[in-house]
Amino acid sequence: MADMRTWLDQRTGYKALVHEALFENVPGGARWRYVWGSTLTFFFAVQVITGLFLWMSYSPSSQTAWESVYFIQHQMWGGWFLRGLHHFVAQAMTVLLVLHLMQVIIDGAYKAPREVNYWFGVGLLLLVLALSLTGYLLPWDQNGYWSTAVSTNIVGMSPGVGPSLQPLVVGGANYGHHTLTRFFALHAGVIPGLIIVLIVGHVYLFRRHGLTPKEPRKGPDQGFWPEQVLRDAVACLAVLAVVIFFIVRDHGAPLGAPADPAEQFSAARPEWYFLFLFQLLKYFPGKTEIIGAIVLPTVSLVVLCAIPILGKWKLGHRFNLGFVGVMLAGIALLSWQAITADRGDAEFQVAKAGASRDAARAVELANGGVPITGALSLVRNDAYTQGPRLFSRNCSSCHRYDGHDGLGNALPKDSISASDLKGYGSRAWVKGFLNADTILTSRYWGGTAHAEGDMAMWLADHIPETEQSRTTRENVVLALSSRATLQSQAALDVADSARIAVGLRYMRDTTAGCAECHTFQDVGTDSPELTNWGSRQWMLEFVHDPTHPRFFGRDNDRMPSFGKEKSMSDREIEMVVDWIRGEWYRPKGVVKTP
Amino acid sequence: MTEINQTPPDRRNFVSKAAAVIIGGLITVVAPVAGLLTFLDPLRRKSDARGMVRVTSLAALPETGEPRKFPVLDTLIDAWNKTENVPVGSVYVQKTGENTVRVLSSVCPHLGCSVGYNATAHGYFCPCHKSSFAVDGRVKDPKSPSPRAMDELDAEVRNGEVWVKYQNFRKGSPDKTPV
Repeated sequence: MADMRTWLDQRTGYKALVHEALFENVPGGARWRYVWGSTLTFFFAVQVITGLFLWMSYSPSSQTAWESVYFIQHQMWGGWFLRGLHHFVAQAMTVLLVLHLMQVIIDGAYKAPREVNYWFGVGLLLLVLALSLTGYLLPWDQNGYWSTAVSTNIVGMSPGVGPSLQPLVVGGANYGHHTLTRFFALHAGVIPGLIIVLIVGHVYLFRRHGLTPKEPRKGPDQGFWPEQVLRDAVACLAVLAVVIFFIVRDHGAPLGAPADPAEQFSAARPEWYFLFLFQLLKYFPGKTEIIGAIVLPTVSLVVLCAIPILGKWKLGHRFNLGFVGVMLAGIALLSWQAITADRGDAEFQVAKAGASRDAARAVELANGGVPITGALSLVRNDAYTQGPRLFSRNCSSCHRYDGHDGLGNALPKDSISASDLKGYGSRAWVKGFLNADTILTSRYWGGTAHAEGDMAMWLADHIPETEQSRTTRENVVLALSSRATLQSQAALDVADSARIAVGLRYMRDTTAGCAECHTFQDVGTDSPELTNWGSRQWMLEFVHDPTHPRFFGRDNDRMPSFGKEKSMSDREIEMVVDWIRGEWYRPKGVVKTP
Repeated sequence: MTEINQTPPDRRNFVSKAAAVIIGGLITVVAPVAGLLTFLDPLRRKSDARGMVRVTSLAALPETGEPRKFPVLDTLIDAWNKTENVPVGSVYVQKTGENTVRVLSSVCPHLGCSVGYNATAHGYFCPCHKSSFAVDGRVKDPKSPSPRAMDELDAEVRNGEVWVKYQNFRKGSPDKTPV
């Protein structure tokens, strides 16, 4: 064994190298405050390893980026842990970088002859932040997409070069395949390559000039091995424990709904450590915007780089301490402002809830298998996802859904209110409708011209007062509601089939029942037609054209003929109807991949 | 004597140095230049020039002039992919008269987020950096971060249908420059 080592050493000189690496002199002995550089190097290695494994399963394109990340997160063995590790270690590295910087400033480790090494460090700081910025886009989810749109638009604002620089970063005039391929090349190739070069330089210079000991020294000098190595390892372990806590708590890393350039996303926020820059943008209106977006960050960076030069001045070190202190306090203040502003913003909270609803649904749809056109095509064709949006866009200027606009936003009180469509066709809904008092509330026809129509009058004239008439009314409610054939009521409709039959007989009564006016099956003459009332087909045709003689005809009160006027496509009408009925596609189960 | 002896090797040395620099330089630039061309390729790509696209019928717009949002369906080109009839963006359409409309792009001129319409406040509101706009798209609050009004798009009414020329403009600039 010893022979072999000697043989190898004679040919490589490895013993001297190991000795050089492990027996670096630590003046004054090992200390906890020296751990930051080593932990950062360690976690960079963790990122390289987890990044390479992620790379093996990732596919950068508009139709495959989200899909491959979904597959890693939800289908692959331990994929969630791998993603979580990469995600949370990235966040930990940002914290460690700030701690490392603070330690360097406080200890004056930037002073001559270590200026160049300090600049290497600032370069590394920026490159790690660039990794984070580029990595945020790669899952191609809504949050990453819209946050990157903002950051690349800031690039486009840079004086002079901006308009040319932006398409180079984006890979064209629009975001798409080439945005992903470019960001991925930066994230996995260019930036890590530069980081490795800078780390080598940083460590080389560090060894050349030696550690900057914190005075007073606590004891005699020690070798790097084993005392400092042990402390470094314990620090890494502590950070890793925190990271693992977050991975387990969040079950990996977040993944929003697939990016949709045409879909408003009101919950876009950058990573928490960029929130201060985000908040800064809010304070510079109109033409002064460039100050917050570019000038202030650039000036701060220039001062940060000038720290070794400023340090030569008599009060330089104090200035540097003050500057870094003020900068960090400013960052903390702005971040806190951004967080509290969002907490108090009802619309943002609604948007955030909507974003997690869409994200969970996208995963549910993808679990059924993703077609080659990508997950976005599933999401765009999904009643559960699109129904509330279509409702908000097309229906909510008159109708409400459970009191809101479909997406959860409050509506102005003065808006004309047609019926609330939550539970349309259900027993509860019909019961409130066939009631002289409640039909005149804003939940039903209170805000419409129908409030003074024949139906409301008939109800007022026929308030059930006897036990028998109350039972009859209840049976009619069951019977009419059963026409809607809601899947959620299927079991109830079977169970109450006897009462429904009685109710139907009353409905068919042309002297005292519904068919006295309404067309119902083969009896009655007037509209709206009650045959299959509230069924999917009936609703589709109604929304297509409520002015059709089968429905309200000339009595229609302001409801647009969405299909006839082509303001909604047939598929859009289907999606909003299916959503109101609660009958969206439910995947049978998770596709098992062999 | 010594001068004569030294000169020839110097000259030979100079030629070698020059040749090494030139040849070394030539072989070094080939790979970066080859890559640089594709790297710069996006500079010649322009945003898809779109013609007029139908977005809705006039009948679908409230008489009150309240805006409604519609997706713009057109051909989307993403590098090698071409997809027909998919949403490429969305617009707010308002009826301004018997046969006239105002069409505003929903893209925020500040930094490109998507602007929402708030029916309660009768105005537009960007959820990212809190830019706000009046119902006609103008900046009404001096604190609004946006450097210009919402981008109005060319639109016309043909036989009761609203047609729009959908395009993007540079963000964060006081001027409305198409990209």
